[in-house]
Amino acid sequence: MRTAYCMALHEIMQKNNRVFALTADIGYRNFDDIIADFPKRFINVGVAEANMMGLAAGLAMFDKIPFTFTIAPFVTMRCLEQIRVDLCYQKLPVKIIGAGGGFVYGPQGVTHHAIEEIGMLRTLPNMTIISPADPVQTGKAIYATMEIDGPVYIRIGRNNEPAVYPAKYAYQIGKADILLEGEDISLIAHGSMVKNSLDAASILSQEGIRAKVINMHTVKPVDRKEILRCAKKTSGIITVEEHNVIGGLGSAVAEVLAEESVCPVFFKRLGLNDTYLKMTAKHADLQHEYGLDCEGIALIAKQLLFKKNTFYMDNRNFSYG
Amino acid sequence: MSISAQIIKDPSELKKLALQLRIDVLKMVMSSHEGHLGAAFSCMEILVALYFNILNIKPLRPEWNDRDRFIMSKGHGCFALYAVLARRGFFSADLLDTVKQKGTIFGGHPDRDRVIGVDVSTGSLGHGLSIGSGMALAAKADGKNSRVFVLLGDGECQEGSVWEAAMFASASRLDNLIAIVDANCMQATGMTNDIISMEPFAGKWKSFGWEVFEIDGHNCYDLLNGLSKIPVKTGSPTVFIAQTVKGKGVSYMENEIMWHARSVTEKEFHTALFELESSIKLCEAG
Repeated sequence: MRTAYCMALHEIMQKNNRVFALTADIGYRNFDDIIADFPKRFINVGVAEANMMGLAAGLAMFDKIPFTFTIAPFVTMRCLEQIRVDLCYQKLPVKIIGAGGGFVYGPQGVTHHAIEEIGMLRTLPNMTIISPADPVQTGKAIYATMEIDGPVYIRIGRNNEPAVYPAKYAYQIGKADILLEGEDISLIAHGSMVKNSLDAASILSQEGIRAKVINMHTVKPVDRKEILRCAKKTSGIITVEEHNVIGGLGSAVAEVLAEESVCPVFFKRLGLNDTYLKMTAKHADLQHEYGLDCEGIALIAKQLLFKKNTFYMDNRNFSYG
Repeated sequence: MSISAQIIKDPSELKKLALQLRIDVLKMVMSSHEGHLGAAFSCMEILVALYFNILNIKPLRPEWNDRDRFIMSKGHGCFALYAVLARRGFFSADLLDTVKQKGTIFGGHPDRDRVIGVDVSTGSLGHGLSIGSGMALAAKADGKNSRVFVLLGDGECQEGSVWEAAMFASASRLDNLIAIVDANCMQATGMTNDIISMEPFAGKWKSFGWEVFEIDGHNCYDLLNGLSKIPVKTGSPTVFIAQTVKGKGVSYMENEIMWHARSVTEKEFHTALFELESSIKLCEAG
């Protein structure tokens, strides 16, 4: 996704001379083409994220469109107040690209994971949050953000993520993509968890369970209509994300369900249970350990359907004495 | 409603104007019971020198693209900025009195969406120099002559982000960026030197690659003389460390920490008004 980001940005910079590329000293060799072709519009601010956001605000006030980049926790939480005051309060079209969202940088440790940032950014007025599922969608999303008149956070992974999308398809910010239709249970995911949810759906289909898989690539504003459709048409909803269960997509979906009084809905937020990762391991191993690989997701889906059956049985007992 | 608006070249005229504007601020504080009097009074001559002489602006075309920018990074002193903008002809000074109303456009920290002439919304300290650096960079990229002036408090310079920006500005050769430190030697709870001393303060800026000038922040002659020399050195940003007095202009407020954010009583108001009016008369008598 890093490569996809830099390629898309390079193309955009060719077409639009208002676009500036900023980095806080991350992306070794990723920006080579941009540096070669647009040296005056590439700025490595050094290891100074707060300054990068202020600079971006100043550039935007001079009608520039800055793209800021570094590792996800640093480009969001390190400079959260600059994002709040300089970008959100003043509603400036600055793009914030965080590499290694979730715990993609597994063995690098907790400092390099971003499992809280969506929750923090979601509370900021004027902010749009996008978490693409693969490199193709990353490129499309980067282009689409050019239309947004305000700050955008795009949470990307690292490189060589498995493809979810064909090269040609129509991307729309704020509109969830239904990747697989199914009636039994809805898996609503973003980022790396989209592929795992699709794989979980294959496992479930082998047991006759038809899962619907939704890529909620735009976490804010969340696609309320699609959430309600899932609630009405399927027996349960599971949100899946590489994020704390508090504050992220799970919370966003829960808010919609609660406010729309969709009851009873069998609902589970799958993610990290309010914990930092306590194990040093590679990304895939961590996903397995914390129940976020396809087997883990499939297991939770079965548990939720089991809970639903039990609930209805129990109700029946009660009703008929 | 009259438009005063014109450029003033005579430092003694600026000095008198700064006294009159202090009365505007005093009235705003009296009627709203809000505002930071001490911080507004310490930077009054700086703002007057900038807006009535140095800044290349067109008050009736506030969005004019090639204008100089001003960032009140110490946003809490903004009552001074409101008064200056009004007197400079951005809007009617009659509006200042609306500060007491519910829904007033004149908040305790300036909002660029509400007040015409405010380039950047501020209030949280340590943001202005980074934003100013971005503006200065963009102006250079566009080949514009716009300069960017950033007013910082000395206490504000305890924010680390100020120094991130200071480092960036000199490394990027932003000679169209000018910082002015309103060095009133006080911050919210005491003397800056007692809380976290930043001495050698001028030396810090020098070592960060800035051209440094120490001036008397209440002497309009010195201010005009210094600020009109920019850029002092091609490729270097410039900082003016303006020595000022918190609460300047009213004897019982000067260097008194309680006037950082305190309002005035009716009696205090009249004493202050009398003092400022007497100073204006002295000015007029020459």
